[in-house]
This record gives sequence, structure tokens and C-alpha cells, in this order.
Amino acid sequence: MKIHEYQAKEILRQYGVVTARGIACFSVDEAVSAAQSLGGEVWVVKAQIYAGGRGKGGGVKVARSLEEVRQLASNMLGMRLVTHQTGPDGQTVHRLFIEEGVNIAREYYVGMVVDRGSQRVCLMASAEGGMDIEQVAAQTPEKIHKVYIDPIAGLTDSEALVIAEKIGIPDVSRNEAVALLKNLYQAFDDEDASLVEINPLALTTDHHVLALDAKMNFDDNALFRHSEIVALRDLDEEDPAEIEASRHDLSYIPLDGNIGCLVNGAGLAMATMDIIKLYGGNPANFLDVGGGATAEKVTAAFKLMLKNPKLTAILVNIFGGIMKCDVIAEGLVQAAREVQLTVPLVVRLEGTNVQIGKRILADSGLAVISADNMADAAQKAVNAAAAHGQVAS
Amino acid sequence: MSILINQNSRVMTQGITGKTGQFHTRMCREYANGNHCFVAGVNPRKPGEDFEGIPVFATVKEAKEATSANVSVIYVPPPHAAAAIDEAVDAELDLVICITEGIPVRDMIRTRYKMLGKKTRLIGPNCPGIITPDEIKIGIMPGYIHKKGRIGVVSRSGTLTYEAVAQLMEQGLGQSTCVGIGGDPVNGLKHIDVMQLFNEDDETDAVLMVGEIGGSDEEDCARWIKAHMRKPVVGFIAGVTAPPGKRMGHAGAIISGGKGTAQEKLAVMEECGIKVTRNPAEMGKLLKSTLG
Repeated sequence: MKIHEYQAKEILRQYGVVTARGIACFSVDEAVSAAQSLGGEVWVVKAQIYAGGRGKGGGVKVARSLEEVRQLASNMLGMRLVTHQTGPDGQTVHRLFIEEGVNIAREYYVGMVVDRGSQRVCLMASAEGGMDIEQVAAQTPEKIHKVYIDPIAGLTDSEALVIAEKIGIPDVSRNEAVALLKNLYQAFDDEDASLVEINPLALTTDHHVLALDAKMNFDDNALFRHSEIVALRDLDEEDPAEIEASRHDLSYIPLDGNIGCLVNGAGLAMATMDIIKLYGGNPANFLDVGGGATAEKVTAAFKLMLKNPKLTAILVNIFGGIMKCDVIAEGLVQAAREVQLTVPLVVRLEGTNVQIGKRILADSGLAVISADNMADAAQKAVNAAAAHGQVAS
Repeated sequence: MSILINQNSRVMTQGITGKTGQFHTRMCREYANGNHCFVAGVNPRKPGEDFEGIPVFATVKEAKEATSANVSVIYVPPPHAAAAIDEAVDAELDLVICITEGIPVRDMIRTRYKMLGKKTRLIGPNCPGIITPDEIKIGIMPGYIHKKGRIGVVSRSGTLTYEAVAQLMEQGLGQSTCVGIGGDPVNGLKHIDVMQLFNEDDETDAVLMVGEIGGSDEEDCARWIKAHMRKPVVGFIAGVTAPPGKRMGHAGAIISGGKGTAQEKLAVMEECGIKVTRNPAEMGKLLKSTLG
């Protein structure tokens, strides 16, 4: 799960991570009064969307007067901000964060992620702050310094100090940097984060170290013990189809193709997308109905896929194990009747009670295109999608 | 021989009194030698009770002492599952198979840390389990699709493994052991560990390796295969069409920072002499083609 910058900073401050002072706003007037109450002469107006790359996209601007704050806020609120992470349609800005201006001497990068290889949290830091860190990692990996943190001892003083030295934080500011890094890890660990990124970490002209930006993602599996984080969820930032899917406990990700896929199991669902592509088609989505698919779940899945205007066929690929094919077949028949299918439906059933399942489909009177294996199913779905696409257009 | 489990394994179920634990313990018991192999259950609140004749103990240690069980399978819900693994590790079982999906990564990091230097092996979490066909099944896979034979299978996925097994069966190929290592980012045995076991197993002639996007376990395994493996290995990686930054169902199936793409994995596997297919319908055929 993701949260906004201002929310991440609020959490991090509770752990003693120093940030610039700022106030979140939902309107132009709020933005102006936020700047007023922060005081000073320079403010930063920051669009709050989950995607990164906001600066380059025009979502972070400096204001030198209250009038300028008003102007920038009214430009930004409601704009569709396009960054390299939002996709071409961009993301509508509904919230702003007004921060006091800071005199920056240098910028660094600090991040923490779970490292699968070492099975520990990895602290990464670089002197190349403010940059696209993925580029730094790809082109000059030696500029990224890492510590794999012992889960029991936590990030130690000496480890944090070595990192601060390596990225070139001056002597006078090192104690502050060490404290910030340690506090950051504490926040990561206590809050079940999956990613924390401070880009940039700033050194001010008066030698203080503070988090100028903050990104925090959380482990979905741990949200059950963090109701305060769940409460921060901003539905405006999420795809409506994905919200609907999560309501039915379906794992659904929209893609840009035209063949809808309904599969049980994540690995098989990916493989089904792959084979559609291999046979010249394009998958419209990833959709895993999970191990305990019911008629109700299958119906919800069909409804989700059919909302996609590009859809020209549906491929159902089920390998029944504990979940029996006859139960799935009954679910399919019920769902197809309820949603009034407007595109061809290709079904491949395999596994437990497959013969009964196939008979239920055949006897249903539905125009189901039955397939014997994955290759057959993909070929039939690609053909049916092409034929239906021509008729429709 | 087979690997990890056989008819001599003695198994306890942690979480035997829950709905999932009950259902799958029953199914596993009905499979091959299951009736002899499944000897104990654990639930701290229900010691002294039994599940269809299987005695329930308060702790793993007591279950082990009373029944000589050396393997545990875990169906405990996510908030308590890592602690259940810890308990089995402390009791020095040989093998723990954790089926539970949805364990927080933070819990697994600590559990794996505590396992350093311990004898217990872990499979999973978030996995279908292990089956040595016609001997014993420990997990949630449908037993009847398998048949005893000489092909090893190792996979991160559930139903895609069943698909692979069905394709092997179409080619008339039975399996020595099928291992589902699970879809989580922090887990126990990885492809490379299972591959080493298959390499040493007299009853395995070739291995089918099924991977997916995310991490670099398949690449690590491929490099090991190039240097050490004496048997043919064929592979498939799911997720060529997966977009970066999106978690494809499994917590571990995500392309992040440009790493963990299917293309990259397939390229490394090919460089290491593994025969790969980009067509998930051809895993069985490809494996058959490597046998003399």
C-alpha cells in the first residue's frame, strides 16, 4: 500500500526523522493560509500524488510570495500530472503540500527496501541525490552504498556513520545524519514498510540534515496490524477496477490488450497472459480468482472485465485442484447469464471433475468455445477476439 | 529415494483444528501412505483432543517426543504462522512446510534470521507443498494428477505446477518429487537448494524448473546448474507480459527497479545451458525431448 508524501513525513516525524515544516491542503485558500501560518518568504508547493517524478512533471514549484502560492496552487489543483510513473493519462491532483523553503547546500539519496537475496532490509545511500536513482544504479552502481541490516541489532551507530561518511556528509553534520538514518530504519521496521525513500535527503546551508521528500510503501500482508495506516488510503489514487476487485478479494491488474483472462493461481494467470501474447493476441488484464473461487466471485470477475470497452474476447483457464471443475463450470454458466456476455468466451478446464464441468458447459446452451489445453485455448481466444473485433468495428 | 519426503516421513499438522488444516490433513491422509505418515496435530488450546484419531498436542516439542514426527506442515493463519515456524525450528524438526499465504515480510525476516545455523529446512511460505507421488503428499495439491516416475519438478507457483505435471503425464512421464517453494519474497528453500537435492537423487533423471518474475533466484540457480548439474534441466518463466511495478498476485512476483524480468531470467538460463521454452504449453514436450 502507498501513501502520500505529507502522510509519510507525519509518520517519520513521530520517529524523530527531521523534515521541513509543511501543511497539507485541499483548496487554494487553504494553501494560502498554510503558507501564511508557516511564515517565511519562500514556500514549496507540492502536488500530492502517489507516483514519483513529480518535480520533472511540474508538480513541485517554488513560490516567493503569497500571491505566487495562490497562483501555483490554483494551477496545480485539478491538473492531470503526467510523470514517468503515471502513464500517459497522468493522475489528477486533489491535494497539495505547502512546505517552508529550505536553503539547500547538497542533496543525497537514501532508500530502504527488503532485499530478497540476503533476506534482510537493505539501506542504500548515494551522494547523487535528487536524481533518478534507478539510472544511477544502472549506470554507476559503485556510487550506491549499501548496508544489509541485522534484524535483531537494527541499524548500528557505526554502520550509519560509515554510510554518512561514504556519501560525503560533512563532519559537522554527521551526528544528525546518523540519527536520521537510525530513526528511518526504526520507522521502516515498526511500521512494516516495504519501501522508504528519501530523495533528496538535504544538507542545509546551516549544516542541518533533513528529509526533503519522503516516500513510504507498506507490506499489504501486515496491514492487519496497522489500522492507522489503512485509514490513510486515498481511493482517488487507485484504479476503480482494482478497488472493485479488492472488494471481491480478486487479484486484478488492468493491461492494455483486448483479451480478458480469468485464471486460478497467480503463476498460471501470468502464463496465460504470456501464451496469449505468444499466439499474437494481447491480454486485457491479469486476474487471479484464487483457490476458493465461488459463482459470486466469478460473476464479479466477469463484470470487471466487461467494463473494459476494448474487450473482444474472454479466456477462462482453470486448473482444478481442490477447487473442482464442475463448481467452476456452474459459476461460469451463472455468471454468463447474469452479465449477458457480449464477447466470445473460450473456456479451458482441466483437473478435478473436468468431465462433469465440460458437460455442464455443453448442456448450458451458452455459446462457449471449449478448448482442450492451454495452446488450443490461446489460439481460439486470439482467433475469436480478432473475428469479434472486426464485427464490432 | 526421492527428495525431502518419502513414505518414512512422519508428519504433524500445525493448525490441525482449523478448517483448512482439517480438510487438507484428511486429503493427505487418504493419499498413498498418508494414513501411516500423518501422526500428530498441534494446537496449544486443544491438547489431549484428537482429529479423526490423530492426537493433538499443545506444542511441537511434545508432538515430536510422543510420535517421533520429523516433519511439520503449517496451516496456521498469517498473524501467527511465523511463530509456528519458529516453534518447529526450535524443536529441531528436519523439515517444515508452511502453506500459509499472507505472512508479513517483517515476520519472515526474523524467522529466517533465527533459522541460521539450525538444522531445519523450510519450504514456503505461500506454497502448495511437496509430493513424492504414490508415497506421500504434504500440502494442498491434487494428488491424483501425479504418478511415480523419474522427473523432478520445482516451482514457485501452485496451479502452474499442476499444469506442468499434467503436461509431463501427457508425455508418459511420472515424477520423483514435486516441490512448490512458494511465491513470497522471503522464504525457505529456493530453486538452487532444491536443484542440488535433485542432482544427488538416484531416482531423478531430469528436472523441470518453473519460475516467475521477481528477484533473482532463477538466475542464481541457473549459474549453479551450469557449474554443477549432471542432469538435464528445462525451464519456463511466467510473466513475460507482466508490467513493471505491479505485484502479479504473489507478493514476490514483481518487477522492481528494472530487475527480475522474465526476459532477463530466460536469457541467463539459456546462457547456462538450460533448455527453456517461452510457451507454457510446451514444458512437458521440451522435457521429453531432453531424455535419450
